[in-house]
Amino acid sequence: MSPFFTLLRRDITLALREGGAIGTALGFYLIVIALLPLGLGPDLNLLSRIAPGLLWIALLLSALLSLGRMFETDFEDGSLELLAIGGMPLELVAAAKALAHWLTTGIPLALLAPVLGILLNLDIAAYGVLIATMLAGTPAISFIGAIGAALTLRARRGGLLLALLILPLYVPTLIYGISAISGALLATNAFWPSFLILSALSLGSLVLGPIAAAAALRIQMQ
Amino acid sequence: MQLPILSLRYDRRQHHFFALAPNVLHPLYRAAIGLATQLAQPLKHASSTPRNQYSDQTLLLKSEKLAIRRGARLIIDGLSFETAAGEALLLTGPNGAGKTTLLRSIAGFLTPEDGQISLRGGDDELEVGEQSHYVGHANGIKSNLTVAENLEFWCAYLNGNSDRTVRRDRVERALELMQLSSLEDIPAAYLSAGQKRRLGLGRLLVADRPLWLLDEPTVSLDAASVKLLASIVEQHLEGGGLALAATHIPLGLEHARELRLGVKRQAA
Repeated sequence: MSPFFTLLRRDITLALREGGAIGTALGFYLIVIALLPLGLGPDLNLLSRIAPGLLWIALLLSALLSLGRMFETDFEDGSLELLAIGGMPLELVAAAKALAHWLTTGIPLALLAPVLGILLNLDIAAYGVLIATMLAGTPAISFIGAIGAALTLRARRGGLLLALLILPLYVPTLIYGISAISGALLATNAFWPSFLILSALSLGSLVLGPIAAAAALRIQMQ
Repeated sequence: MQLPILSLRYDRRQHHFFALAPNVLHPLYRAAIGLATQLAQPLKHASSTPRNQYSDQTLLLKSEKLAIRRGARLIIDGLSFETAAGEALLLTGPNGAGKTTLLRSIAGFLTPEDGQISLRGGDDELEVGEQSHYVGHANGIKSNLTVAENLEFWCAYLNGNSDRTVRRDRVERALELMQLSSLEDIPAAYLSAGQKRRLGLGRLLVADRPLWLLDEPTVSLDAASVKLLASIVEQHLEGGGLALAATHIPLGLEHARELRLGVKRQAA
């Protein structure tokens, strides 16, 4: 197995064994969505109209919770330095860690979203589209998030700073994710253009995220 | 996972335009080449030569007029030294003399302000740091993995696409040498500080690297383990390797020279 997949497998094993990060993200997602109808009142039409937006925003916030830990544990126990000089370029180390984050946080959150859609009276026609857009959009969350995680690695109270740095970068993902869903619901032809741009954003972040994150990590390790 | 992609080899010297802007393009290029080689073939290291044979030539680590700055302070200024294969260089000096700084800049974490470090006879395609094992203050151990899993990870990561049974053998041998065999299925979280250190040092044994950079390797080791460490370093040197160790405790090595670093007084 190549170093890339070795590292990916270790990170997934650790995430599953620790369990805390995935559990916290899923639990937070569930609670935020469960609170919304209580706060907004039992207006089913209103809820179903704003459901895609709420599901997306809550997903962003839940994913943000575990982002800070992406490089932190490895940095603290010295593994990050050893990974950096292990022969694999640091860009690939960052990519492997972001990919592991997507597999262990992005996908579970995307799969939980339709279940939570029931709480918000989400239109039944939107379920498939919702999962599709979230699966296509969440890689951007992990890979752009990797930049923020690397930048705030040594900052105290880095979590808040991370949110300030990274949430603005999620705006395009959010806009196209929601516009793809509403495009599909309104039966206009707006689904595919938005969905393709959303996928392009993810693919772009797949390339640029690790490079930027590696540059930040090099500075952090000095 | 092996994909049948043509193997890409890259000779840095043939690409002149990278020579023009190496600092900008080199990391990107390396990442791209790295990705291609990752998917296509094992890393350079994986063509793992038999143990104790690092190079056809005698390896020579050379530092020329090295200057390293930390913040406003020039910690190391104009340091030149050479050390050849089979030799250990012990870095001594008071706290703050720059022992860790020197080791970290050889490993490539710090960029020297001036001067250069080179490993003659090493692999030209790899940085000096990539040809070395670095043992720092932290052990690089995951507490949620067992002792054996920790070493297996480093063995697989550092060796690239090697054979699973070969890896298993190396890990077992390393565990035995570090006297951790009885603990192999225990999560690393339950180890004592000294045992964790031994596990961290076990990494030196699961992958071949010509240069060992040891920063206070004896911390929290008992007397017997210090001897164990010395014998491992001795063996590495006999096989044609190099070692640099920052230490306050004499390791009792035969072929050791001392490099004494002093604290530079700042002009008032």
